[in-house]
Amino acid sequence: MAKSKIRIENVCKTYEGKNEVHAVKNASLTVNEGEVVVIIGPSGSGKSTLLRSVNKLEFITSGKIFIDDEEVSSPDCDIRKVRENVGMVFQSFNLFPHLSVLQNVSIAPVKVKHIDRKQAEAKSMELLKRVGLADKANSYPNQLSGGQQQRVAIARALAMDPEIMLFDEPTSALDPEMIKEVLDVMLNLARSGMTMLIVTHEMGFARAAADKVIFMDSGEIIEQGTPSEVFDHPQSPRTQEFLNHIL
Amino acid sequence: MEASPKKVSFSKLVSVDPRSPKKGNITINMTDGVLIPKKDTHVFNSWRTTFLGAIVLLACLLIFKPDPYLQILKVCASGIPVTFECTIFAIIGAIFIGLFCGLGSVSKHRILNRISGVYVELIRGIPLLVQLIFIYYALGKILHVEGLLASIISMAICFGAYMGEIVRSGIQAIPKGQMEAAIALGMSRSQAFVNVILPQAVKIILPSIGNEFISMLKDSSLVSTIALSDILRRGREYIARTFLSLETMLVVALIYLIITLMLSRLVGLMEERLNSNG
Ligand SMILES: Nc1ncnc2c1ncn2[C@@H]1O[C@H](COP(=O)(O)OP(=O)(O)OP(=O)(O)O)[C@@H](O)[C@H]1O
Ligand SMILES: [Mg+2]
Repeated sequence: MAKSKIRIENVCKTYEGKNEVHAVKNASLTVNEGEVVVIIGPSGSGKSTLLRSVNKLEFITSGKIFIDDEEVSSPDCDIRKVRENVGMVFQSFNLFPHLSVLQNVSIAPVKVKHIDRKQAEAKSMELLKRVGLADKANSYPNQLSGGQQQRVAIARALAMDPEIMLFDEPTSALDPEMIKEVLDVMLNLARSGMTMLIVTHEMGFARAAADKVIFMDSGEIIEQGTPSEVFDHPQSPRTQEFLNHIL
Repeated sequence: MEASPKKVSFSKLVSVDPRSPKKGNITINMTDGVLIPKKDTHVFNSWRTTFLGAIVLLACLLIFKPDPYLQILKVCASGIPVTFECTIFAIIGAIFIGLFCGLGSVSKHRILNRISGVYVELIRGIPLLVQLIFIYYALGKILHVEGLLASIISMAICFGAYMGEIVRSGIQAIPKGQMEAAIALGMSRSQAFVNVILPQAVKIILPSIGNEFISMLKDSSLVSTIALSDILRRGREYIARTFLSLETMLVVALIYLIITLMLSRLVGLMEERLNSNG
């Protein structure tokens, strides 16, 4: 049996506040090594919350999350070590605007892993080549198109040599003609054996790249299975309704 | 801070379109400082009109009535270095205090947060002149610090609070995603602050600090009531000797006006440059 890389067990997340929000309700899922798992579902269904609990950008209310058999949800786990090993790509890119593209990619290895700057920059150039942006190394983020920015963001996350990559709607802020260039990079990454957990509305991509598709609605995981199981033979009426709506 | 709802709503306010990366086009105006001249293509914009008016008036006075005015100018202008010295050191102090205060007020640390909050409330609630005199006397009584140093410290303490507010709003103007991206890469919160948040915040608050400098330069005249031989004090001493009150105060006002107008121009140019190179 394949080795599990991320294991989410009975996770609940409640946002405190005037009116409590039960963003994630009793969710369980496993991502095996080298697998690509895609989470789909309507807006507000808790996809981001679940994804962001994996690298502890959100703290879960109950349940357990394991990465490589280490319980990251336990209070005495070193979050920073976990985050070094888990890259994240955001919908809004979140590149550092005051740094050049090359500096954006190399800053984390230099500051966090204390790698020599020259060495880090050489490696960052390799990564920029891989995402097709070597010629933009000295540009600043605001000089790039959205698609280029997101590819830099992917390179930045890869610079820490993560074993897991999380993507939260990486193409939702992009113009249609730029979506493909980002998805291509992700597809290559998937083929290279990276373990990936992706929230996306790109059903074509999910079909092509995903080993497993998970459908969430109002905080619950309604169903999960291979792309053809979920897309072609959805079991739950809620999944059918969502797919009819979106396709 | 990761899940604080307050930050969420703020980031929604600030970063509207995720595709348009923010440029340095946020200006925070916290003070009553001189209005930074806006780009105005007309040759006689209001800055030029005022500046020229002040220069011409001063020149006329000196040329046509050199008798008291040349003397007055000499006496008062000898206070300019003192005014500048006091203001420059005070603003350096205020920036340090403001940095701690601003970091304190965005910190999750309860006690730090409360300390900087109380400090800001305290300072904002008391008239500047009262504070300055109080701190000045307190420094003399307790620490036996007097004169220029005491004035600098009092000004730094008073303006540190305003500087703290500027720093705080500068930090809060940075979209929440920046901190998230930094810590998601494995940085600690302090590494993220130093490498990601502060460099961007500084760019945003630099014009406000320039503005604050101008307003401190003006308000340094308040300290002259007790300690400094600055422009205003020299003028008042001169009045005491000669009873030329109106003439002297006119020159004093013109000196302050010319200095602040020049500085505000400088701040405006600085802001323009910051905005142009993204
Ligand atoms: N910081 C927060 N404080 C309070 N409630 C929140 C917070 N973040 C998210 N929520 C709420 O939790 C629920 C799930 O949000 P989440 O962002 O995880 O949904 P999503 O599936 O990612 O939606 P979308 O497709 O719009 O990104 C929503 O009802 C949302 O309003
Ligand atoms: Mg989301």
